[in-house]
Amino acid sequence: MPAASEDPAAPARPAAVTARGWGWRHAGRAKPAVNALDLDISPGERVLLLGPSGAGKSTLLHALAGVLGDVNDDGEAGDADESGSLLVDGASPRAGRGRAGLMQQDPETQVVLSRVGDDVAFGAENLAVPRDAIWARVHEALADVGLAHLPLDHPTSALSGGQKQRLALAGILAMRPGLLLLDEPTANLDPDGVLEVRDAVARCLDKTGATLVVVEHRVSVWKDVVDRIVVLQPGSATDGAVLLDGPPDRVLAEARTMLAAAGVWVPGYVPATRSRAAVPAAGTGNLLLAAEQLAVSRQRPARSGFRKIPPVPVQEGLTAQVRAGQALAVTGPNGAGKSTFALTLAGLLEPVAGKVSAALDLSRGAGIDPYKWKAQQLISRVGTVFQEPEHQFVTGKVLDELRFGPRHLGHGAERVDELLERLRLTALVDANPYTLSGGEKRRLSVATVLAASPQVLVLDEPTFGQDANTWAELASFLSELLDAGTAVVSVTHDAEFTAALGGSELRMAAAETVAP
Amino acid sequence: MRQQLTLRGNHALLTRANPLSKFAAVVLITAVLALSIDWVSASVALAFEVLFFPLAGLTPSLLWQRGWPLILAAALGGWSTSILAPDSGRILLDVGIWSMSEGSLQLGIGFLLRGFAIALPAVLLMSCTDPTDLADALAQKARLPHRFVLGTLAAMRLVGLMAEEWQTIGMARRARGVGSRGNLAQRVKATLGQSFGLLVQAIRRASRLAVTMEARGFGGGKRTWARESTYSLLDAWVLGGGVVVAVLALVAAVSAGTWNMVWLGS
Repeated sequence: MPAASEDPAAPARPAAVTARGWGWRHAGRAKPAVNALDLDISPGERVLLLGPSGAGKSTLLHALAGVLGDVNDDGEAGDADESGSLLVDGASPRAGRGRAGLMQQDPETQVVLSRVGDDVAFGAENLAVPRDAIWARVHEALADVGLAHLPLDHPTSALSGGQKQRLALAGILAMRPGLLLLDEPTANLDPDGVLEVRDAVARCLDKTGATLVVVEHRVSVWKDVVDRIVVLQPGSATDGAVLLDGPPDRVLAEARTMLAAAGVWVPGYVPATRSRAAVPAAGTGNLLLAAEQLAVSRQRPARSGFRKIPPVPVQEGLTAQVRAGQALAVTGPNGAGKSTFALTLAGLLEPVAGKVSAALDLSRGAGIDPYKWKAQQLISRVGTVFQEPEHQFVTGKVLDELRFGPRHLGHGAERVDELLERLRLTALVDANPYTLSGGEKRRLSVATVLAASPQVLVLDEPTFGQDANTWAELASFLSELLDAGTAVVSVTHDAEFTAALGGSELRMAAAETVAP
Repeated sequence: MRQQLTLRGNHALLTRANPLSKFAAVVLITAVLALSIDWVSASVALAFEVLFFPLAGLTPSLLWQRGWPLILAAALGGWSTSILAPDSGRILLDVGIWSMSEGSLQLGIGFLLRGFAIALPAVLLMSCTDPTDLADALAQKARLPHRFVLGTLAAMRLVGLMAEEWQTIGMARRARGVGSRGNLAQRVKATLGQSFGLLVQAIRRASRLAVTMEARGFGGGKRTWARESTYSLLDAWVLGGGVVVAVLALVAAVSAGTWNMVWLGS
């Protein structure tokens, strides 16, 4: 336990990383995730790791954090195959508990305990830091990430996504690591949260001088924080794993086209998308769905004994019209209730007050209130694509996923092949949906909902965490649908996406109940 | 639901006692009550428990909110005992197969009070004990393995998340055409599918959380504790209070001649 013997006030020594012909094959996979990696990172260097999906970026970070694969009693990898050597400060990453701190994507799983102070202390406790030193570190770490205003017993569940990630950073800093490993730390955050986390990381690096390795495909976010970009390529038998390596400006200048083609968001690059044939004037197109004085909440009426208490709406007085061939973008800060509004509009949540009414063109005999429709009536009228594709998978095969809607409706099966082709899923028909990559899952979830041919398509943050290629495909595909007369409602923070689709915008103000 | 995992806002006296002493006191009281179905021991214990409520920061409405299933179960148990137990003494009510006599009514009331007196300490314990403090006490004082205790504590935080996820998955599946409304068979089928979806998400979340914990050095041999679990004078009072209530309940029942060991029959 090196940390225990050190002076608690001493800053951590930055760590060095050395990889020599390092490779890793996950248990049960035929191809290695990383092959023949040669890489030297000197202490204090800040590295942005880029590369197409499947290049093994996350695998490398997990390995550096010492949490890769099953480890048997000898501290060796279990079923998986490891080759070459990967060392942090000349030792195996598994041996140096606490030398590296890892932050992952999903903010909910970066928090361990239910009180802010306890959560920050958790890592230091595990390193057997003496009690007094722990609390000194907790206060310092919370101040460093800008959360010093929170009481130590503040519930972690009440934090926003950006705050959760900063809390995770504080928990890592309290361990005094020499190596900071960030695995797409801002992919699930809104633009404010992204900057919040990025700035906190930059501040802490300036203070501690720790080595940084960050994986992220939005280059502009990290370009000014890092001093080196390493581009990895998927493992192959002949080539090394590192494709490009150098200062950010040089790598971006040399490989801008190549990176953009691989779906990396290089700064200043907005992928070309299909433009609409003709953008109809606002207010034209058949009215399909209207919200009047709508109040929305995810909470169901609460029960206090026998009494029913209606939930406090997150937003009220919302009015909107959804018209055929028109795009509607729902925008606003995090926690404003955008998704809640969209789900209510889509007939999935019951309005707290006000109403959602379907026009005759849409309801076709199913009644005016979408919430009262049967599930099968709903899917051929309003299709909803959720933020997390996995929530919507109902079968074990890509092809079955696509056939599911048409089979239940009794028609529309002929559309399946067209969608497979159009969204590049043909090669994956036999794959299990859960095993697909992020971009493939997104394309599949859009395809499955469209297989039921809905007249209104509602999408919740469809571009979150997507690479530039998937982004462009999605925007182009939606513009085709709009031209064909489908109404598209998208909840999004993505200004470029909104611009690509055109149409009107419903901007929602921050909710009354402000998160502390 | 997620907010209830901490005691924020509850500053009552008993929140400061060590969870283990509170637990021991509750076990003592319920052990005595479990031995005998009689209304004297149960009502003595119940009277003291009601006196302790303010010390745990409980109000009648909070009690009802948190303990209504237990309270209803006790009431139902009392009612069914009084109509179904063998009759003895004067018959008070006779409607077909239901009959209530003085003897069976007495037994029923004993059952009801006992149900309350056993259920309420559990509610009391829950309302004034923070899970994190309980985990600290279990690992530091009761010497349970810390991997197990802290793993359970971290997993409990995910339970609240899963409740939200359940609702989201339900909506996401409706958007795919899987109805959760309809007849019983359809509902059961939909619930099974939804449970599977939740299970997948729970496993994913749990494995990511496990990586987070491992990356923060969890799972090693020696560890320190930022919060020390301590005993204070208050814990002596809590334990003493538990002993006094248990003894008084027993003495009162024996001297009133109602003590009635459950396994000896009546």
